[in-house]
Amino acid sequence: MIGIGPLGRLVLIGLPFVWLALFFLFPLLIVLKISLAESVVGIPPYTPLITTDGGGLELRATLANFALLANDDLYLRAYLGSLRNAALATALCLLIGYPIAYAIARTKGTRRQFLLFLVMMPFWTSFLIRVYAWIAILKPNGLLNAFLTALGLITVPLPLLNNGFSVELGLVYSYLPFMILPLYGSLSVLDESLFEAAADLGARPSRAFLGVTLPLTLPGIAAGSLLVLIPAIGEFVIPDLLGGPDTLMIGKVLWDEFFNNRDWPVAAAVTVVLVAVLAVPIIVAQKFLQRERAA
Amino acid sequence: MTTTRAGAPLRIGALVLGFSFLYAPIVLLVFYSFNASRLVTVWAGFSIRWYGELMKNEAFRAAAVTSLEVAAMAATLSLVLGTLAGFSIARFSRFPGRLLFGFALLAPLVVPEVILGLSLLLLFVASESWIGWPSRGIVTITIAHATFGACFVSVLVRAQLAGFDRAVEEAALDLGARPWTVLTRITLPGISPALVSGWLLAFTLSLDDLVVASFVTGPSATTLPMAVFSSVRLGVSPEVNALATLFLALVFVLVSLAAWLMARAERRRQTSLQELPSPVCCARPPPAVRERGDPAR
Repeated sequence: MIGIGPLGRLVLIGLPFVWLALFFLFPLLIVLKISLAESVVGIPPYTPLITTDGGGLELRATLANFALLANDDLYLRAYLGSLRNAALATALCLLIGYPIAYAIARTKGTRRQFLLFLVMMPFWTSFLIRVYAWIAILKPNGLLNAFLTALGLITVPLPLLNNGFSVELGLVYSYLPFMILPLYGSLSVLDESLFEAAADLGARPSRAFLGVTLPLTLPGIAAGSLLVLIPAIGEFVIPDLLGGPDTLMIGKVLWDEFFNNRDWPVAAAVTVVLVAVLAVPIIVAQKFLQRERAA
Repeated sequence: MTTTRAGAPLRIGALVLGFSFLYAPIVLLVFYSFNASRLVTVWAGFSIRWYGELMKNEAFRAAAVTSLEVAAMAATLSLVLGTLAGFSIARFSRFPGRLLFGFALLAPLVVPEVILGLSLLLLFVASESWIGWPSRGIVTITIAHATFGACFVSVLVRAQLAGFDRAVEEAALDLGARPWTVLTRITLPGISPALVSGWLLAFTLSLDDLVVASFVTGPSATTLPMAVFSSVRLGVSPEVNALATLFLALVFVLVSLAAWLMARAERRRQTSLQELPSPVCCARPPPAVRERGDPAR
């Protein structure tokens, strides 16, 4: 930057860099270290990786926690359950979000600003409260069942809460704005004359959409999908509040392992595998986030 | 506009359905916070009874104070770190470790909270046994919140700097202004919308965080989301409805205020740039004006 010396530059870059290295990158290494330790009763509840007990340094690492993850199919089912729920939520967000983003991009002036404000407002309101709001609607004696009963459509309350349906609904509801904004971003810069050219050349609207609009908005689709998929895979609040006994998602398994079983090494191993699974999507998502910044 | 596109009724339909889905649960929650009855399905008349009960709830009040303290400290720290980080990435195209730095700045935006929470807790536990600091509680929650808050602030600052006309800075330097004066009189006021919204965003993110705080806290500190969560786990409670309504009202006022302030600042900047007779703005159009060219599309 103009007019600042090497020292200023060192502080400017160094301060946030050191902070992030210390409080984001370094902790991930500690998780890896503790995933190789054994669980013990004590404070802290795991064995040290390097001991000096036998005189001289001794490395005590075990892969037992990872062996447990591989052998107990609870973990595999939880990882797969998370992937399935998150992938379905991503697809539904895309289906619901695309028409909304499209409609916003075709709105003009201050009305468009207002609609964007409405999409962004949920970012600012409490995630916990927004998930909680669904409990009153979905529970057996809740609003939706009362409404359907009053209409005479049902006589016995439908099981809407604490099952796969409510978890999926919660995921779609919570992450929809994360899909709409990147979609809007790529739709709003779309050159409309391309669509019109396709129409002039005789393409029907559906054909012009599939052949022109959709491919040109692929970056927005990819960015939105990753912004929904990645956090949804590790989601804890939604499966905990809206899920039931048969809801298996890895974020909740991790939480229970840590807070209820107090097995820190296994919780760390679950995290290591989760980071490994998410590493590629996170790096790809970053490319999109960066490109969006540059644009 | 044209007839080739999906018609206006379809677009309006998509908007109405979409926003009903996004807002109906919140509206219902606010509505039922004024219900005299404990049951959601029974409307027993308008009452502010639950707001009274909420005020008497000591646990919620103590947790709210803790949360506000943490959020104010974390947002301020986020603002400083995030602004420095945003400047670094926007203004220096190469320095050692820039790629890693960029990764560490963006990854916390998408990494699941359970990962951030567990990894930070393990760091704090290890550090406490090595150097005796920090003891878990308000300090550790603040550090954790400042870390992801800084990432959000840096994104906003970076975006604003990308649209900032550096010719103005150069002109000031050419006219003999010292770098510090340029920073405080030109650059920082120029990106003030990002600074205001960044602080507010970091503040609300901190106020809202349940997962990370649950991991890194100790027995001494309970934040508001933690108190709400343990109460919600036992079922729907009208007091939580009242609390949620107050929270929504607060956020709505703050965000509207910020949006209004930013719109005003932007308008002023536009007019002052247009009034500048200097070659500064004519040599190349100010980026802000270029960006906003879309109403003419």
